[in-house]
Amino acid sequence: MAKILAVDDSVSMRGMVAFTLRGAGHEVAEAENGQLALDVARGSSFDLVLADVNMPVMDGIAMVRELRAMDAYKGVPILMLTTESHTEKKMEGKAAGATGWLVKPFDPEQLLATVKRVLG
Amino acid sequence: MAAVDLTQFHKTFFEESLEGLDAMEAALLALDSGSTDHELVHTIFRAAHSIKGGAATFGFADVAAFTHVAESLLEEVRSERRAVDGALIDLLLRSVDCLRAMLARSSSGQPAADADSEALRGELVRLVSGAAAPAPVVAAPEAAAVGGWDIRFVALPHLLQTGNDPLRLFRELGQLGRLEVRRAFVLDSAPARLAELDPGQCHLGWELRLHGAVARGDVDAVFEWLDGDCELAIEALAGEAPAAVAAPAAVAAPAAALAPAPASVATVPAAREATATAASGEGSSIRVGIDKVDALIDMMGELVITQSMLSDIGENFQPAQLERLREGLLQLERNTRELQESVMRIRMLPIGSVFNRFPRLVRDLERKLGKQVRLELHGEHTELDKTVLEKIGDPLVHLVRNAIDHGLELPAQRKAAGKPETGTLRLNAYHEGGNIVVQISDDGAGLNRAAIVAKAQQRGLLGAGQEPSDAEVAELIFQPGFSTAAQATDLSGRGVGMDVVRRNVRDLGGSVGVRSEAGKGSVFTIALPLTLAIIDGLVTAVGHERYIVPLTSIVESLRLDAAAVRRIAGGGEVFQFRGEYLPLMRLHRAFDCADAITEIERGIVVVIEDDSRRVGLLVDELLGQQQAVIKSLEKHYQRVQGVSGATILSDGSVALIVDVGGVVRLGQRSKAA
Repeated sequence: MAKILAVDDSVSMRGMVAFTLRGAGHEVAEAENGQLALDVARGSSFDLVLADVNMPVMDGIAMVRELRAMDAYKGVPILMLTTESHTEKKMEGKAAGATGWLVKPFDPEQLLATVKRVLG
Repeated sequence: MAAVDLTQFHKTFFEESLEGLDAMEAALLALDSGSTDHELVHTIFRAAHSIKGGAATFGFADVAAFTHVAESLLEEVRSERRAVDGALIDLLLRSVDCLRAMLARSSSGQPAADADSEALRGELVRLVSGAAAPAPVVAAPEAAAVGGWDIRFVALPHLLQTGNDPLRLFRELGQLGRLEVRRAFVLDSAPARLAELDPGQCHLGWELRLHGAVARGDVDAVFEWLDGDCELAIEALAGEAPAAVAAPAAVAAPAAALAPAPASVATVPAAREATATAASGEGSSIRVGIDKVDALIDMMGELVITQSMLSDIGENFQPAQLERLREGLLQLERNTRELQESVMRIRMLPIGSVFNRFPRLVRDLERKLGKQVRLELHGEHTELDKTVLEKIGDPLVHLVRNAIDHGLELPAQRKAAGKPETGTLRLNAYHEGGNIVVQISDDGAGLNRAAIVAKAQQRGLLGAGQEPSDAEVAELIFQPGFSTAAQATDLSGRGVGMDVVRRNVRDLGGSVGVRSEAGKGSVFTIALPLTLAIIDGLVTAVGHERYIVPLTSIVESLRLDAAAVRRIAGGGEVFQFRGEYLPLMRLHRAFDCADAITEIERGIVVVIEDDSRRVGLLVDELLGQQQAVIKSLEKHYQRVQGVSGATILSDGSVALIVDVGGVVRLGQRSKAA
């Protein structure tokens, strides 16, 4: 089972993601913005990071850029949770180093399928 | 794994969405008052965006659809394709109101959209450039797969740095059909010497063949995230299998997308019931800062230490340890009090959440009344008990409304009076003693003394020719149904007067008063108890019963001679106290207690005060001071006149808490009668 960092400023979304992943046996840490996520990431190691794009303090894209600059997170999969269906945000995320994305709204099954896809 | 029940997140979703709307409203108002802070636009956008995402995730399609259009409009603002003007802010503020209503309906299980919300959504849609909202993305029908695919996949050097892994891709392809790696090759970009090889760089390419009736879309999906990270060529393999085989797979996707609909319909009644009960419980959850929880845990730790120290003494007690025991008990008392304070603090919330409604209200009133108002908020972080906070909103709204409607003058009048055209309305909250004080002050015209006196005389509250003091004039406005006709507008004609404000504040155990100076303005002051749930009280005995009198209301306790008490017409009794006659209430008579002391000189009279009106209560004796945790009588029994609640005493017996305001009013009536 994997260690996953879930980053989202929305308590309900984060709760849903964390609950679903924990239910599948994963260990989940939560952070409510990119800045906090970086702090958490520095103090621990994760197999996967799931991050919202639009967040106060530090958005998901800046967070990905910072994470990729850290040695420990060079190759760790990072998925953006994004509502924008247009390619713009996805490409911005990718350029920053994101592995892929999951388009909101997603249901718990879709979330687990995507996580499984990344973690194997 | 069992399906995840998303309804458990609905309440959180509603709470955070309402918070988001509050933030959105505040930011819109800040923009309206001329701020050009770009972060405001981001805040507004983010709020709409989060609500949309959550609404879609948790199945509130109407809310999602509405926010979607609002978000598109905001996106135009954010990308500076649309300028912010008053009309746009009006529209967005109306959208905020509309979304609040939609969320309220959703949370009580009703359909979120109604005619109003649809009309407003239409307005937003028309405004968004290109008019039409983007059509839902419908997957193009898949071309039927052929017998398989030849895939040439060449990684760009940075591919690994995005966290993507060619092995994962192969695994996924292998799940679609039989995967054959026909050739793997090293690219020219690879360094010639092993020592120069960077493990973070990928210099490999593959020629793959995927056998089987696989839809092209499924293959594309595997490489979906790799756009820009690789060179990819996918070609159909000449017909190994009939193309038709792939078709059902392609059709399966839309079918699956439709499938949840009936299922979710089936769960609706249950969910509806759940949210309905939650709604009737008035969302009895509370968000608590982590520091408060930490304080509680600290306190708990100390309590455990004290407990172990005491049990240590108790295990093997010797009289010599009496001093240590006493110390331990003192420590226990301190711990208990601190723990109690920490627990009470959990119920405390900043008054800012109530203050935050005022910028909007003030803006609306400014427009409606043609006045100019600058709103100042102070002490937003002052904390109040949650229950007090929930109930103080309406009285405050009324006072703010009054201040703008009646207090502040029109710009021209202000100019004529030598004042700045823009009036100032100040809301201030602060601690004072055991109270929270909330002040609403304006620099308007002050109370209209002439109009109030005339009205009072007309209503028979004042005799003709009587010249009341300023304090008496101020008191008059709190009289039931008192509203000066000269001032009545559509705002004040709501049937809610200052008497209702005073009653609401009194119900919370507080008081309200006003100071006013002609031409300078008025200050309304509301004093509220820190918390409703605990009071410091004086335990009194009346017969076999125990009554608790709130300490803050006690002026003095005294013994009276029977001769000092006079009977007045109508059967009431009065006694002289500091130069004034106070009604005497025999508690045993008021509450019908058996075996109580009836001779005045044998009992004790406790003088209590509410709003500078006093009454003496005759009780048998005073048993001492105690903190009382208030239990609602209404909840467990029914409302009883003169009693504000009950509590359990340290010996386990039940005592009733005297409702000071009610008893004083009762006493004053008997005196008047």
